Amino acid sequence: MLHGTTIILISFAYLGLLFAIAYFADERADAGRSVIASPYVYSLSLAVYATAWTFYGSVGRAASDGVGFLPIYIGPTLMIALWWVVLRKILRISKQNRITSLADFIASRYGKSALLGGLVTVIAVIGILPYISLQLKAVSNSFAILVQYPEITMPSKAGASSIREDAALWMALILAAFTIAFGTRHLDAAEHHQGMVAAIAFESLVKLLAFLAVGIFVTFGIYDGFGDVFARASAEPKLAAMMTPLEGVAGGYSNWAWLTVLSMMAIMFLPRQFQVAVVENVDEKHLSKAIWLFPVYMLAINIFVLPIAFGGLLRFPDGTVDADTFVLTLPMAEKHELLALLVFIGGLSAATGMIIVETIALSTMVCNDLVMPVLLRLRGLRLNERPDLTRLLLGIRRGAIVLILILGYLYFRLAGEAYALVSIGLISFAAVAQFAPAILGGIFWKGGTRAGALWGLSAGFGIWLYTLLLPAIARSGWLPGSLLDDGPFGIALLRPLQLFGLAGLDSISHAMIWSMIANVGAYILVSLSASPNADEHRQASVFVDVFRHTGEAGGARFWRGTASVPDLYSLLARFLGTAAADGAFVEYASAKGLAWPDPALLADAGLVHYVEVQLAGAIGGASARIMVASVVKEETLTIEEVRDILDEASQVVVYSHRLEQKSHELEAATAELREANERLKELDRLKDDFVSTVTHELRTPLTSIRAFTEILLDDPEVELGQRKKFLGIITKETERLTRLINQVLDLAKIESGNAEWAETDVDLKDVISDTLGAMGQVFKERNIEVAAHLPDKVALVTADLDRMIQVMLNLLSNAAKFCDAGNGRVEISLVERGASLQVDVRDNGRGISPEHQTEIFSKFHQVGDTLTDKPHGSGLGLHISRQIIEHFGGRLWVESDLGCGACFSFTVPTRVSARAGYTSVPSPIGASE
Amino acid sequence: MSDFESKGQRFVALCLLGVLLFNYPILALFNVSGTVLGVPVLYVYMFGAWSALIALMAWIAESGR
Repeated sequence: MLHGTTIILISFAYLGLLFAIAYFADERADAGRSVIASPYVYSLSLAVYATAWTFYGSVGRAASDGVGFLPIYIGPTLMIALWWVVLRKILRISKQNRITSLADFIASRYGKSALLGGLVTVIAVIGILPYISLQLKAVSNSFAILVQYPEITMPSKAGASSIREDAALWMALILAAFTIAFGTRHLDAAEHHQGMVAAIAFESLVKLLAFLAVGIFVTFGIYDGFGDVFARASAEPKLAAMMTPLEGVAGGYSNWAWLTVLSMMAIMFLPRQFQVAVVENVDEKHLSKAIWLFPVYMLAINIFVLPIAFGGLLRFPDGTVDADTFVLTLPMAEKHELLALLVFIGGLSAATGMIIVETIALSTMVCNDLVMPVLLRLRGLRLNERPDLTRLLLGIRRGAIVLILILGYLYFRLAGEAYALVSIGLISFAAVAQFAPAILGGIFWKGGTRAGALWGLSAGFGIWLYTLLLPAIARSGWLPGSLLDDGPFGIALLRPLQLFGLAGLDSISHAMIWSMIANVGAYILVSLSASPNADEHRQASVFVDVFRHTGEAGGARFWRGTASVPDLYSLLARFLGTAAADGAFVEYASAKGLAWPDPALLADAGLVHYVEVQLAGAIGGASARIMVASVVKEETLTIEEVRDILDEASQVVVYSHRLEQKSHELEAATAELREANERLKELDRLKDDFVSTVTHELRTPLTSIRAFTEILLDDPEVELGQRKKFLGIITKETERLTRLINQVLDLAKIESGNAEWAETDVDLKDVISDTLGAMGQVFKERNIEVAAHLPDKVALVTADLDRMIQVMLNLLSNAAKFCDAGNGRVEISLVERGASLQVDVRDNGRGISPEHQTEIFSKFHQVGDTLTDKPHGSGLGLHISRQIIEHFGGRLWVESDLGCGACFSFTVPTRVSARAGYTSVPSPIGASE
Repeated sequence: MSDFESKGQRFVALCLLGVLLFNYPILALFNVSGTVLGVPVLYVYMFGAWSALIALMAWIAESGR
């Protein structure tokens, strides 16, 4: 059995838990271990969007028009898809300028206009107050219903029980205490309210779990799954029509679209959403996760709305139970005490979360954009001369919090019974949607002016008052109903719900159409009709180009004047307290590489801007502007000067881009030159090597020729046998010389590309047998066994017959030279491999060590140690052979292990494939060039 | 920066897709009687398209990091 006292005790325990969580999170934050620095906490805190209106009201709306509640969650999903573009920009602007509320954002954008900030604050407070009282009403109603357990009685029939109204009052007071404790701890509002955010994230979890619990209970406990609920509902003729719910509603699709647009605006511009999404954001990177996690949350909390709605309609068919209460009354009707209690706590968490954040956001606005600008202007108060204003500021905020909650409670007592839950929420949505043109226009369009924003906001808000608030008041009975039916003074065209005769829409769509036309129209027309002044121009650039100018230099560029460091310091200390001011100055000085205090610290544009931004965090942009201006001598910039600075800046950007490009080009050119130079040096070195090697090679035979000729010349007495031997050596050396010169010439020709190639169809088998025949004598002399494995028939290759013989001769004579002296053996094989022929020449000599396997193909490399062995050849043979083979598109290589002989192989493409693989060898290098 | 920009463009395209999916006339195509596994077609479409949209958002948001 649930007693009123039990419920109250449990509620208090829940609120106490919130205090504990917030306290714990604040302690952790002070210790430097923030609990809210997580994308998951950020996403959960965004779910403050789901209020008691979602918790109870969605089911109510679903019970009357099916999917009609969905645009309120699908709209935000669509808007969140744009967050990457829009919210990221707003975040960056707000962090750079220490913007702490919607009003401050708009005021700062349009030349730090105090008037605009004040107007935004008034609109927000008037628009949101009913929404706050809606939360109080939801809690009070759910309490009144739950306390009747197990009876189900609607509160309107239960009479005005004082206890539930007192419960609402008590709750308002507790929430005021919570908000004051965790929302006004610090003065610099740009410091985050860690405790509050942690509590909000926790509340988001509680309400989701509570709603899912009741959803699962209804869908799978009372009924047998989704299909069963819908099947039973279809069986009822009254409910069957709701299965295609958009058909029957007049202007169904248009209402649907407007509701979507409205919710898209609400998710951005409700003060509480701005608070959690922008002000309380600790890291821009959290956006990537929140972009999809928050929509997932919204999806999850909506899945069971329809089953609960139909379940309620089936359970209470006579209409005695308000559909807004199905979430609570269904568990009660099924006698599930604990579940009902959990639902009540869920609703409580949804309501309190909204109230706390909304109140903090509104109190910041009221303090910074409404009260402070007025107080600072009242010279009689001599605020400028007070040494410490922090207590005053905190006092104003605390006062504003209490005032807003009391007003919310009074509104609930006076007017709370007048409308259904949903209409109050939508009226508030429509009010904050009026901020959209000024903000979205302000961050993407530099042409928007202060006057444009003022006129746009006023016009939109005026229409909102006339088409939404006035009818609501009239319906409550405080204004004659004839106002709605016949129009003011009987002018039918001015009827608030059918303005200028626009009928057939629901009141929200109707109000949105007219207010948006007026708002956007006035904003654009007035903005275009006059050019912006210097302040507006400057701020437009700071906002729209936020991603182009990094750091706080963005605003400092525009300041000219004289200031003194002590003046600036004492100004900051008056508003933030000396500790915070010291901290701020230390931070600034250390960024400049100085200490604080340090006489070298200059009161330049950078410092003035820095102080102004710090101050803006505490008292708002407009007031900060006024205060800074009061302690510095400022030169007023004309609009031309601001333009010049902007042009200069953009020109500098263009120049630096060009400069960067030029330097990149220069770098590339330098690298190319360096590379070319390296190549030339290498070529030069190779040429020198070549010349010295060639002369060396020529000298060796020449020396021996000369030595023997000299002997013969000097000593005519040499025996005939001896003489013959000497002449034989001379002939041999001359031959070698000739061969060498021929090869050098040959190589020069090949490398310069001047060689003549006689290309014909060549049968490699014939080439091998011919060469073997020519070499037969040599092999026989050295006692070398030769084995040739040749197929019967092979494909022809396109090549120069003489050149191929030259290659073959070279390989075979190499093999003969290096074969094992006593037991020589050479194997030759020819195989067809794919589209080419491969020839292997294998010997059983001592082999070639791996480090020499590439060298032997270079010019003048002698196989074997030249110091100890007599050179066996010119050292050009393999090099030339490789050039020849590569000319015909093949490859020449060696495989060998030291001591196990060597196998020289080459491939030549067969005739069919020769075209593709054919490459003419360019002249890479060479002395001949 | 270009990575941020291309992500932004994908998100804008996705938003436009969402606007298309959740408005007349696409919506009207599913505003018919009939059920899928016992649940009315329109409801299935709404939650299905919504889930798909969120999945795409997650994919874009988490890609390239």
